Formats: sequence, structure tokens, C-alpha cells
Amino acid sequence: MGLNDLSIEKLRDLLKKKEISVMDIVRDIEAGIAQDDKHELPLNAYINFDINRIKKEAGDLIGNSGKIENTLLKGVPIAIKDLINVIHTPTTCGSNILKNYVSPYDATAITLLKKNGGVPSGKLNMDEFAMGSSNENSYFGAVRNPHDRSKIPGGSSGGPASAVAGNLAVAALGTDTGGSIRQPASMCGVFGIKPTYGRVSRYGLVAYASSFDQIGPITKTVMDGALLLEAVSGYDPKDSTSANVETPVFSDYVGKSIGDLTIGIPDEYFGEGLDDEVRTIVEQGISTLKEAGTGVKRIKLSYTKYAIATYYIIATAEASSNLARFDGIRYGTRYVKTEDLETLYKENRSIGFGDEVKRRILLGTFTLSSGYYDAYYLKAQKARTLIREDFTQAFDEVDIIVTPVSPIPAWDLGQMVDDPLQMYLSDIYTVPVNLAGLPAASVNCGKTSGGLPVGLQLIANHFNESDIFRTASVVEGKVG
Amino acid sequence: MNYETIIGLEIHVQLNTRSKTFCSCSTRYGERPNSHTCPVCLGLPGALPVLNEEVLRKGVTAGIALGCDIAENSVFAWKNYFYPDLPKAYQISQFEFPLNKNGYVLIEDENGREKKIDLTRAHLEEDAGKLIHDEVPKGPSKVDYNRCGVPLLEIVTEPDIRTPEEAYRFLSAVKEILQYTGVSECNMEKGELRVDVNISIRQEGEERFGVKQEIKNMNSFANVKRALEYEIKRQTKILRSGGVLSQETRLFNTNKNATVSMRAKEEAHDYRYFPDPDLVPVVIKSDFIDEIRQKLPELPEARRARFIARYGLTAYDSEILCSSYRIANYFEEACENFSNPKKIANWILSEVMRVLKEEKIEIDQCKVTPQMLRELFDLMEGGTISGKIAKEVFDNMVSTGKSAALIVEEKGLRQVSDRGEIDIVVNDVLIENEKVVSDYRAGKKSAFGYLVGQVMKKTEGKANPKLVNEMLKEKIEK
Repeated sequence: MGLNDLSIEKLRDLLKKKEISVMDIVRDIEAGIAQDDKHELPLNAYINFDINRIKKEAGDLIGNSGKIENTLLKGVPIAIKDLINVIHTPTTCGSNILKNYVSPYDATAITLLKKNGGVPSGKLNMDEFAMGSSNENSYFGAVRNPHDRSKIPGGSSGGPASAVAGNLAVAALGTDTGGSIRQPASMCGVFGIKPTYGRVSRYGLVAYASSFDQIGPITKTVMDGALLLEAVSGYDPKDSTSANVETPVFSDYVGKSIGDLTIGIPDEYFGEGLDDEVRTIVEQGISTLKEAGTGVKRIKLSYTKYAIATYYIIATAEASSNLARFDGIRYGTRYVKTEDLETLYKENRSIGFGDEVKRRILLGTFTLSSGYYDAYYLKAQKARTLIREDFTQAFDEVDIIVTPVSPIPAWDLGQMVDDPLQMYLSDIYTVPVNLAGLPAASVNCGKTSGGLPVGLQLIANHFNESDIFRTASVVEGKVG
Repeated sequence: MNYETIIGLEIHVQLNTRSKTFCSCSTRYGERPNSHTCPVCLGLPGALPVLNEEVLRKGVTAGIALGCDIAENSVFAWKNYFYPDLPKAYQISQFEFPLNKNGYVLIEDENGREKKIDLTRAHLEEDAGKLIHDEVPKGPSKVDYNRCGVPLLEIVTEPDIRTPEEAYRFLSAVKEILQYTGVSECNMEKGELRVDVNISIRQEGEERFGVKQEIKNMNSFANVKRALEYEIKRQTKILRSGGVLSQETRLFNTNKNATVSMRAKEEAHDYRYFPDPDLVPVVIKSDFIDEIRQKLPELPEARRARFIARYGLTAYDSEILCSSYRIANYFEEACENFSNPKKIANWILSEVMRVLKEEKIEIDQCKVTPQMLRELFDLMEGGTISGKIAKEVFDNMVSTGKSAALIVEEKGLRQVSDRGEIDIVVNDVLIENEKVVSDYRAGKKSAFGYLVGQVMKKTEGKANPKLVNEMLKEKIEK
């Protein structure tokens, strides 16, 4: 057993007592990755793990402050999904078009991570530009699920979830636009939380859909999730959508009583399409919370049925513009030599992007086009408001909404690649949260008979992550 | 059959803030290419914009000066198109909810009547970079992003303009207002003011507009006028011969003095505008607007009126002085507490303007500051130098940048007011010009001027002319 198997909480303790060094952990992670690479079916969780670069980051941290023991994370290495910029490190976004791009700056979340004693350690695989629910859309190859290597790890943060579950990382920062933290966390049996929109700065996070994207932790334990979220949260004047609110000490809420909370169970999340085994496991989770003393109420989130359509219209519209800058002219890969500007754009983008990315760019371009804007984009914005109001009303009655994360557990690699619509529909329980900008987590709630993890989704009102941590730790305590 | 011309303008004017619209990079012109760039204005992956408050302040200032309604809530939007000078492949602009709406500018039409040109809107947006072609013959094109993200105000008029001359007057009025309010230098050589024109022609009495032609990106008012004159001729000729116009975007070729087609309407962009999800809506409180309103500098019209009332200038003189707020400022600084401001005004209108024209410079590049000019006038008023010498001193100041007092001292130009000294010269002149003196005495009064001239010549213009007159008269009329 290596140090890579331990939690942030444990390693923090060992580092504090000076029983281990930062580089001891990094070396164990490196050994873990090397060993996994020899596996017949490697997890393929990393795009880049540059030991020299990590050493430099660790050295800076130890050298700079001299007070690393006073920091929150005390030097624990944290792996980073490869669309969060880390200075002097490649940021590929899982794409061919950025395979050689090296960022000249740190994202604010990384600056805060370092300030709080975290060492950015390697860049993790993902669906290209965070578009996907299975991590099969990466230019750097699909990622596997450590619980069953024939299965997908979920997406788009498949790399982070697989690495943390497979002990190839202590903890990771992922991103969540429509479920990209919660769904892979659920499928890999780890903890993942998408914070309230505005809680963590988006500066330096390569945008997929700006009004949805949030950075958040994927960790082995609820406590680790609390610690890591604390480390990267906070107002950032460089992000106009960042919220100027106090960051609570989330770790103080882990393990606290939930007797004062009322949980809400929305009918719409338990209807057709929900796998029976998943339903049973989620219901067990709800029972656990009841036993811990929460009130339970059935609630209505009537506009849920419009969530998928609404999400895929607005997110792809934003994506079509956000990804327009990738043309191979100023940075990234230029694939053709031509004197014709239009050819340059067409060729670079045709070769540089994968199919799913192209599909979403086309979809977004279409819905924004003159003559279609009102029918699609504008209508979707109205639906978004209704979905948000659904939640506002629900939170008048309850504190935490409890639902499944994914209607089905991890599926076979390749099973849905040719059926994008089916894959989009699997996001039904996660996208409403992003439409409303709410915080939500996935905490492991049990396993199917086939040994596949199933997560429980906990949704709270804006900036009320503390209640999620309280509730998640109860589920974690029961399931173990 | 008579035709009527309908003209509408779109003006892009650079707001003179120190940093760019959405990042802290400098807006300085003429620097090493790409030396004022950062992840934000280069559109690097992950970078986000934050609105510069100064841009908003200048935008609101311009809005007030142009008589606009300032929107309590305005929204930035993405204008999508691909071009290498636009690193994000969208321009952050405003679309549905602009900062300023419903303004107007007053001009005098060609019949001398006041005419109101309505403004549809005046919104904020960021500028793009600059492409540099053929630096090396057949070499690659390069991009300079220093200008990328520099703040612009786009002013759009209603189709209220009817003649090229009205367009010219409107543009001059807008430029004056923007310069006066300090929101832009409007330096057209630096591309700080660019004009797009929409022009259509219809039969007189027709309600519907004719087919619109757009002429893009002109950076001189004279060119705007010439392009419009050309378009009127071109379109009228087509219509008269029974032809049909198709909607086009055209460019004005200054060498040919003609417009040429750039693209047809079918090739026009669909910009796919939608609200910028990275920027929150701009909410403007009424105190913010009130504060700006109170600090709003005097506008050209008001200043012209004040110059006439306070300094006793003619309407014509004050019009010229106020045509540039810098010249108007120069005048007011020079004549502060001076007993005869009209004299200074005349000097600026003749001498200073002549120098600006000769040296092709702006007034703030003139070596003679308002304070220096004032010193020259103080020397004149105090009798240290004569008006004639003052001109000589002024020319010297212009070329050397030295103060008037120093030049007078160095060149010994101080006016001679010593009666004894002048007496000697007067006597010499009378002796040498006996005939002239007798002519004068015989009634040829003009001979007097000649004698004065001779005295001045002998003293190199330094003799006090008043004394010379007095003493000569005394002697020859005795």
C-alpha cells in the first residue's frame, strides 16, 4: 500500500508530523501510474504527468512560504483535469487542436490551491473540451473504470474520477457543466461536488459553456471534498461571475448532525428510465438519511422534462462561440499550409476537433442563427428561468433534494458512442442543477450486483454547500 | 424625375481610457507590436473579461453629451465572426440592450436652419487587432493585437441626413462634442474615428426607402463627403437608366475617388449575437449618472456663446476658436485676467493659427504655451516691446521655445523710451531728409509716416513709436 492510496486528511496529518515528504507522495503516485500503465487495460487517466514540473511546483511551495505546515493542504499533491490552466504545463482539453498548447498562466483556482498548500500534480484525461458523458471523446484515448475496466468511468471528468478511485491520484480538481463531476464520481464510487455557480473562479478554466461551468473537487472522502473545495473557493475580481461571498469552513460540517434538515424527493427523478438496481440503492440512501433524523417530503420539479433540451441548446450555443477561437492561428496546432484564410480555418478546425465537439458546435451555431434564435435560444432561456424557479419553490420547503445521479450505472465502453442522443438523455438528473446554478454532490451509496458503484445526488440551495457536506458524510458513514 | 438621398451614419470612436476595455493592458498607440497584450485581450483559453469602469464612465459621459437616454441595465453581447484580427472569434459588443439610446445632435443645414439629427444608439464595444500585410513582399501577413480590446463607442444615427454636406457637418459636430467632453481625441490619422455610411436614393415623395448601400471604414470626413457625392451620382444614374440597385457593402477608393463593391448582401455575416455569459449586466445607478452630469465639461455651443458674452469676441472669431477645444482652452489660459482678451484672440487667430498651418502641428505641440504667449503680451502692454517687435519675438519663440523675456534680453530688443536717445536719431533723420520735411510743411501730410519709418529703421524698430510720433511732430511743426 502506497501513500497514493491515502486521503488528503491522512496525508495532511503525516506531512504535519513530518513523517513523510511531499515528494514521497508524488513518487508513490508516479509508481502507481507506472504500474497501471503495465496493466493489460490501463486506466489511461492522465494526459500529462511531468515529474520534473511537479517537483518544481513542490519546491516552490516549500521554498516560498517556509510555512507549508500552516497551510490547509500542507503539500498534498492534487491532480488537475486538463482544461484548467497550470502555468508552464500543457492544457490540451483532451483535444488534438491543443495537444501542443502550454499555458502561460495559472487559473485562479490553481493560484488558490497553491496558496493553500496544494501541489498541482499532473493533468487528467477528459472528454474533449468537457463534452461527453463517458470519457470516450478524448483525443488521448478513452479512460477506463477501475471498478470494471470494460466499463466507462463516466464523463467528462472521467480522468479525475478514475484516477482518484484507482489511487492514481490523492484527489483531483474536475469541472462540471452538466454533470461532469457528479456523474463520473458516481460511476467510480468517489465523492464529487459541483459548487454553486460563482463559488469558485472560472478564470483560467477553458470555457465550454460559460454560464454553467464550475470547478470542483473529486475526492476519496467527503472530508477531502470539503478541504479541497475550501482551498479553491473565493471571490475573484478577474471573474465577473464570481460571487463575493465568504467561504465557510466546509470541513467543520463533515460529520455534523442532520436532524434539523428536511430532504425532498422529486417524483420526476424516479420515473421511467431509472434502472431498478439504481433505484433500490438510492432508496436505501434515502432511508439512511431518514434514520439519521431528517424529515422527508415528496416534491415536484415539474419542468424537469425540459431540462435536457434546454441544457443542450444553451450549452452548445455558448460552446459554439467559446470554441471559435481555436483556429490554429495564434496557438495550437496548424495542420495546413495555405494562402487562403477560409481553407486555413476549415482545415484546422476539421482536423483539430473530434466528432462530438463538431456536433455541438454545429448545433449551437444553428440555434443562434438568424431566424432560429427566438425559437431555440430565447425559448431555452425562458425554460431555464422556469427550471430555476422550480428549485426556488422546492427550497422553500426542503433543505436538500435527494436524487439519483445517473439513471444507469457505468456502461460498456463503446456501447453508446454511436447514439449521442441516448447519451445526452443519460444526463437528465444532473443538468437541471447546472441550469439553476445550484450546488450538488455525488456521494457513493452502494454497488450493483455487478460491483458497479452508484452515487446519491444531494442538491442544496445556492451557497449552501455546508448542508451537502453534513448530509453526504452521513451516507458515507453508512456505506463506508 | 427628382431623387431624394437618405443617409445614415455609424461612427466608431475610440474612448481615450488608459487601459483596455476588459483588461489592464495599456491603450498606447504606436508601440512595438503585441507589446500591450495579455491572456485576456489575446483571448487565450480560459481568460475572462472584466469591464473597466473608466470605459463605462466615458461611455455615459458621451451618452449625456449626445442627449441620449442612459440605460439603467445594459448588456454586452458576443458578435461572432472569424477573422485573424479577432482572437476570440467574437467581438464583445452590445446588441439588444445598448448603454445609450435615443440621442440627437444639432447642426445647421445648408439653408442655415437648425436641424436635429436623431441618434438610434451609442453603445460600447471592443476594437479588434490590426493586420499587417506585405511587410516583406509576398511574405506572411502578421497581426498586431495592441489595439485589440481598446474601447470603442459606436454611434448610430437615424436615416435623418439628406446631403453629403449635412453628413460632413454632423460628423464635425459629433467630433467637437466628443473632444470637448474629453472622451476621445478623435485623431483620425490614428484611426480613432472611423465612419460607415448607409445611403439610399428614392424618388421624391416616395414613402419607402430605396435599396441601401453601405460604405465602410472611412477615416476622413472629406472622404465621407466625396464617397457620398460619388454614390449619389452612381445610384441616380442607374435608376435613371431604368436599372435596379442591389444591396451591397462598398469601399471608398481614395485614389480613384470612387466606391467599389466589397460584398453583396447574400454574403453578409450572420453575427449570431447573444448575451455575453462572462459579463454580468451593467447596472447604472442614477447617482452615477448625476455625478457625471455635474462634472460634464462645457459643450461647444455653450462655450461659443460664453466667448461672445464674456470676451466680447465676434461670433465668427469665437466659432473658429471653439472649433477645437484645445485652441479654445489655449485662448482661455492665455487671457486669464488679461485686460484685452480680444487682442489675444486676434493674435491666436492670425499668428498662432499661421504657425500651426505652416508647421502642420496641433496646438499642444506648439512650443509657445499659453503662459508664454501671455508673457509676450505682458511685455507689449508694459511697453517693453512694440507690437512690431512682438511679432519678431513670437517667431523666435516658435522656433526656439525660449521665453519672450529671454529673447528680448538676448537680442537687445527692449523698446527705447529714452527721450534723449530718440532725440539724437530724430535730429539725424530730419537733417538727412530736409526735402521730405519741407514737403510736409508744404502740406504733404503723408510725408510724416515716412519720417517715422526712418526713425524706426535707424533704431531697428526698438524706438517707442508713440514717443517718436510725439517728438517728430513737436520738431517739424515748430
